[in-house]
Amino acid sequence: MKMKKELSGYVFFIFALSAISVLALITLFIIARGAPLIAKVGLFNFLFGMEWAPSQEKFGIFPMIVGSVSVTLGAALIGVPVGICCSIFLTEFAPPALGNIFRPAIQLLAGIPSVVYGFWGLLFVVPFIRNYLGGPGLSILAGAVILAIMILPTVISISEVSLLALPRQYKEGALALGMTHWQTIYSVMLPAAKSGIVAAVILGIGRAIGETMAAIMILGNAVALPSSILDPVRTLTTNIGIEMGYASGDHQQALFATGIVLFAIIMVLNASAQYIVRRRGK
Amino acid sequence: MIIAGSTSVQPYAELLEEAFAVYAENTLLYQCTIDIQGGGSAAGLTAAETNVADIGMSSRELRETEKEQLPYIFEIAKDGLAIIVHPSNPVANLTTNQLRQIYTQETKNWSELGGNDAAIHVITREDGSGTRSAFEELVMGKTEGIHPKAIVQNSNGAVRLLVSDDPNAIGFISLGLIEAHEGQKEVKSLKLEGIDAIPENVKNGTYQLSRPFIFAAKTEPAGVSKDFIDFIFSPAGKAILAQEGLIV
Amino acid sequence: MKKIGHMGGKIAKTLIWFAALMVLALLFFIIIHILVKGLPAIDWRFLTDIPRSMGREGGIASTIVGTLMVTAVAIVIAIPFGIGSAVYLAEYTHENIVTRVIRFSAEALAGIPSIVYGLFGFIFFVIYLNLGWSVLSGGLTMAVMILPTIIRTSEEAILAVPNSYREVSYSLGGTKWQTIVKAVFPSASRGVFNGVMLSIGRCIAETAAVMLTAGSSLGMPTSLFAPTRTMAVHFYILALEGISMKNAYATAALLIILIFIVNVAANMLMSKISAKESVKAKR
Repeated sequence: MKMKKELSGYVFFIFALSAISVLALITLFIIARGAPLIAKVGLFNFLFGMEWAPSQEKFGIFPMIVGSVSVTLGAALIGVPVGICCSIFLTEFAPPALGNIFRPAIQLLAGIPSVVYGFWGLLFVVPFIRNYLGGPGLSILAGAVILAIMILPTVISISEVSLLALPRQYKEGALALGMTHWQTIYSVMLPAAKSGIVAAVILGIGRAIGETMAAIMILGNAVALPSSILDPVRTLTTNIGIEMGYASGDHQQALFATGIVLFAIIMVLNASAQYIVRRRGK
Repeated sequence: MIIAGSTSVQPYAELLEEAFAVYAENTLLYQCTIDIQGGGSAAGLTAAETNVADIGMSSRELRETEKEQLPYIFEIAKDGLAIIVHPSNPVANLTTNQLRQIYTQETKNWSELGGNDAAIHVITREDGSGTRSAFEELVMGKTEGIHPKAIVQNSNGAVRLLVSDDPNAIGFISLGLIEAHEGQKEVKSLKLEGIDAIPENVKNGTYQLSRPFIFAAKTEPAGVSKDFIDFIFSPAGKAILAQEGLIV
Repeated sequence: MKKIGHMGGKIAKTLIWFAALMVLALLFFIIIHILVKGLPAIDWRFLTDIPRSMGREGGIASTIVGTLMVTAVAIVIAIPFGIGSAVYLAEYTHENIVTRVIRFSAEALAGIPSIVYGLFGFIFFVIYLNLGWSVLSGGLTMAVMILPTIIRTSEEAILAVPNSYREVSYSLGGTKWQTIVKAVFPSASRGVFNGVMLSIGRCIAETAAVMLTAGSSLGMPTSLFAPTRTMAVHFYILALEGISMKNAYATAALLIILIFIVNVAANMLMSKISAKESVKAKR
């Protein structure tokens, strides 16, 4: 009997190694493919080079880093406040019937393929911007709006969970002290749930940085520094998505190298989200 | 059997495969499935070199190194590149020089070309695309590149969709895709140096913008591969391609 | 001061209602737009016919089969590894450096963008393991992608099982294995199932990673080694290549319906199981 117990433990341990091994494999293969090009071009030239023209051996991804940052920032600026409002709505204001529509709706929102969002953006958001704000329509702004919608489920569900996790006494105590409902939310509940909400924001940002297909469809993908939010940009993900099909040799390696940069950014974001969550745990 | 490569060639290869399956069943008396894969010219040629695919599809001329690896080359058709704008755009004709200056952004406003006073929204394909390299070769010449601010889309269809929707846009797509299919809006194709972008003019050489659609293989096609390629070059195969606006 | 607080509260409350209703309205707009344009084109023939003329004519049967096959491979592979990891984390060990590394890996995997999974799947499964563009390559890539979701949801579900369940099993002389299989697992199954459903939804919706690994061939996949085109990829190609807007909308509508069914199934089964459990608890 003892044998069996130990055996099952080993079996589960082997299963449990799957996540580590897969992460190691991914890291290894992406780096092995991309690093030679970074070594050849030079890390500084690769990260801060302004020109991307693989057919002329020019591999600079700075405009794409700017693109990723600006689109993600825009998405966060729109999506985070709206998302937090929705989570407060769900935990504090929503009549049960509305909440019962809202939650599955958000779940569905999370499940819709990103290509559908991209297509919808192309049909409605892009022409709106072109007709009323100017420029070609395919732009940072269009991307920010669509990605904001796409990160809503992440922001809403994680913020809601952290608001719901607060001990009831917080709210009851604050109300007993004569605070209004809003004062309670604003000065007691939100600060108490802060770390969870920050984690929600970081994960939302991670999703926005990582999005590819929708971004390809609505960002315009131009490889130049944008001068306004109405300019088209290319992000790190779309650079890979749009050129992977045709790339070979150095060009393909450069796309894997772009993947390394993306990978590094996501790892830093994730580690900070985990750090924040864990600090709350203590 | 797997055929992989250019997304420009893929739709036509799918049409051919469909007809070939019927022909094989009725005339050659065997059943077969041929998988047609996208992925892009370079990926398809690499796949053929490494035997991942039996045949690679390319929408540009093969480079010398590729020709060494893939000596069996079949040009199944020629495809014209059409310069397209919104139907409401009054400009009807461009010279190659004007076209080049649009893509280098020396010309920034349609009024400089006799059109409305509006900024030109330049749309191009991604670096590495066969369609783009054909355009660069034929229009831009060796020295000048397409301006980095140009909008980049990764398919003929995406370029067409944008141009059909934006009164100030210009783009280039496969000649066979100008016509609006159900659900699509119209686009207008421009004359180049006064010559209409129609298959006849590509065929007789007066319309300059064209590139080949190529099937390339590592070993001499045999069996199903050979039958399929024979079918493509038969009158029935050619008729299918011609009907889609390609030049055979 | 108090008065201003009241005013601010009113404004904030209005803003929150406004934001929530906006989001709801937007969601319905997106879904209804797709359904109105897509549903009329969906009929039996559309579901059972294979695509013809690049998808301009015919149905989408082969892409439905492709989607199901890729999803099935992903789920079949990810479930033992995901649930096994979760059981190990929750039942066999205390917090230590190993569990921390495992958890960190799972969280890191969860954050990796799908395009990076696509790159990995392409270079590892398609090229290095020489599986080519195939159902198997696509399924394996998706398995890696959904692994963290299954680990996390299963672990949460297992940890939520009351300790008394385990104690009863041990007091009856059950081994650890028996305890897990007979006592812990049945009551954790709703959470595990929910995670699996979430993952199925993710597999159905994924485009970038699948396109790079399963390919975009339109034919009916006849084996695990055949390339295929999933519904999401088919939609992308139909819409962006401008092949057929009608069929693109119909495919998108079907995708949304599928996701909806998966979600509803997850929610319904969860409430059913929890209802049963509460009955059990009452006894």
